[in-house]
Amino acid sequence: MTSVLSVKNLAVSFATPEGAVAAVDGVSFDVEKGECVGIVGESGSGKSQTFMAVMGLLATNGKATGSIKFQDQELVGMKIDKLNKIRGSKMCMIFQDPMTSLTPHLKISRQLTEVLVLHKGMSERDARAKAVQMLDRVKIPDAKRRLDQYPHEFSGGMRQRVMIAMALICEPQLLIADEPSTALDVTVQAQILELMQELRAQGDMSIVMITHDLGVVAGLCNRVMVMYAGAFCETAGVDEIFHDPQHPYTRGLVGSIPRLDRPGEERLTAIRGQPPNLQHLPKGCSFQERCDFVFERCIAERPALAPFAPERAKSCHLKDFDKEGKAIR
Amino acid sequence: MSGEPLLSIKGLKVHFPISSGGLFGATRPLKAVDGIDFDVFPGETLGIVGESGSGKSTIGRAVLQLIKPTAGKVVWLGTDIAGFTRGQMKARRREMQIVFQDPLASLNPRMTAGDIIAEPLDTFEPQIKADERKARVQEMMAKVGLLPQMINRYPHEFSGGQNQRIGIARAMILKPKLIVADEPVSSLDVSIRAQIINLLADLQKEMGVALIFISHDLAVVRHVSHRVLVLYLGKVMEIAESQVLLSRPRHPYTQALLSAAPVPDPEVERGKKRLLIEGDLPSPLDPPSGCVFRTRCPKAQGQCGQDIPALEARGGAGDHLVACLFPD
Repeated sequence: MTSVLSVKNLAVSFATPEGAVAAVDGVSFDVEKGECVGIVGESGSGKSQTFMAVMGLLATNGKATGSIKFQDQELVGMKIDKLNKIRGSKMCMIFQDPMTSLTPHLKISRQLTEVLVLHKGMSERDARAKAVQMLDRVKIPDAKRRLDQYPHEFSGGMRQRVMIAMALICEPQLLIADEPSTALDVTVQAQILELMQELRAQGDMSIVMITHDLGVVAGLCNRVMVMYAGAFCETAGVDEIFHDPQHPYTRGLVGSIPRLDRPGEERLTAIRGQPPNLQHLPKGCSFQERCDFVFERCIAERPALAPFAPERAKSCHLKDFDKEGKAIR
Repeated sequence: MSGEPLLSIKGLKVHFPISSGGLFGATRPLKAVDGIDFDVFPGETLGIVGESGSGKSTIGRAVLQLIKPTAGKVVWLGTDIAGFTRGQMKARRREMQIVFQDPLASLNPRMTAGDIIAEPLDTFEPQIKADERKARVQEMMAKVGLLPQMINRYPHEFSGGQNQRIGIARAMILKPKLIVADEPVSSLDVSIRAQIINLLADLQKEMGVALIFISHDLAVVRHVSHRVLVLYLGKVMEIAESQVLLSRPRHPYTQALLSAAPVPDPEVERGKKRLLIEGDLPSPLDPPSGCVFRTRCPKAQGQCGQDIPALEARGGAGDHLVACLFPD
């Protein structure tokens, strides 16, 4: 397989009055052509900032170091006008809140066709035809008429469809979706996820799905990377993550979700404590204070993300878990 | 559930006047809650689930008289408290408390954790001595999993989950009979969410308090509740024991909600045939005639546009009520 995106040792830090905060701490990963990767983590885990760095959208006090290669082009340090030729056309990002990502005083038509005219040099007329086609594809009924409406005339779910149409209109190779369904109601979320699934099945576009909701990645992604305190703690195929999680944090996450399909279930296995302060990370493993299996080595030495089975890696000093869930050192 | 209900809601309506434009324009009612009946029994958890705009938070506030109901009865231990004045309500407030969604916004940033938790005590038992007050606050802090030495810290020094524990301690300190928990875990991270859900379950077992648990997340509601009430556009669609609602949902909306909720299991998700309902929630200013769900319902027929379906057993068990003309 060929990588669309190849990230090596990416670190993102923000300058704050209290000193530098390392939001992302040297992560490396690839996104292959046509795959759908889920990035799962809690707030502050660095999942969004990793991909804001990929898109070159970090806040002004943020700084990315390392290497981000999109189709063999190095993005770190790339000039803005060159970067603008890639982002928005070859790789696109959609965000959680569709209202704040659409310009309220411009018609949908203008916002949709602008990229085509700018990036692809299309005529206004062709761009309009293509825009209607895109709105049809994301299942907005009566696309021709709705093209000339303003964002406030659309409901939340419809706005998110417009955002997806906007991202897809230049036929990108990589779509980054940052919590695209979190702000929506359950029934509308299901519609958007269904749409994402269809898009995935249609072409060879790669999708990165950033979310805090494990349920969302279960049906959509083929691979999952779990982030904690600015680094990956486990990466594996989607079935392994849910049925045989190997990092104590992943195990805790999977156990802490109430499930609709398992009636009569008793207590949730909560992870104790709270996520660490990124400014004062402990010397060893960043999960040590919340881990039920912590031992001397975890406090002394930070575990690196290391492969332990084909297509699987974790950053944990434990060797394995036995059938009763006991840790094997 | 048997025995006398703690709380009995009868025909509750909450309408908000909305200006239809213009300075002196007429107002029209937004029917946030439109004719709802339910009971809450001592020590049980009633889950209220609904999407945004369904009126679930309004119900919670109307129960506590934080919003005056437009019509209907709120019967608390045999007395209708709808329309009670502030003074009359004050005496009841020690028996019914609320926990809000955003823990930080619902705590006074200038008060210490100890003072926040003690505030209900100061209001209802001002005569108690300082050391007893402190002892009771620390006892409560220990119960909700906060270290007693954190008593002098301010809300900004706590994390979101800890602040929610403070909010729960404040609600629990007077040993109320009922707590309305309005989306108490929605703003929290997944791992913290489970802590708070477990805490509420433990406290309920220990103190026998009844809970009205309001959430948009059916999986969470199902997990914590004995009975679940499904709300849509200000009306009850279905109410049943949570196990029954899950295994044999009768209303098409409940079925759609269950099918829409993503399950954290790849095999289940891949094999799932989603029962997608189309479109979005209609505007509560202009609700559909007849059954409010009919515009999105896969089973809607002509009759649904004319008759408003009452919440009835409709051939099922007596405690499983459904508001649908053609239930399963």
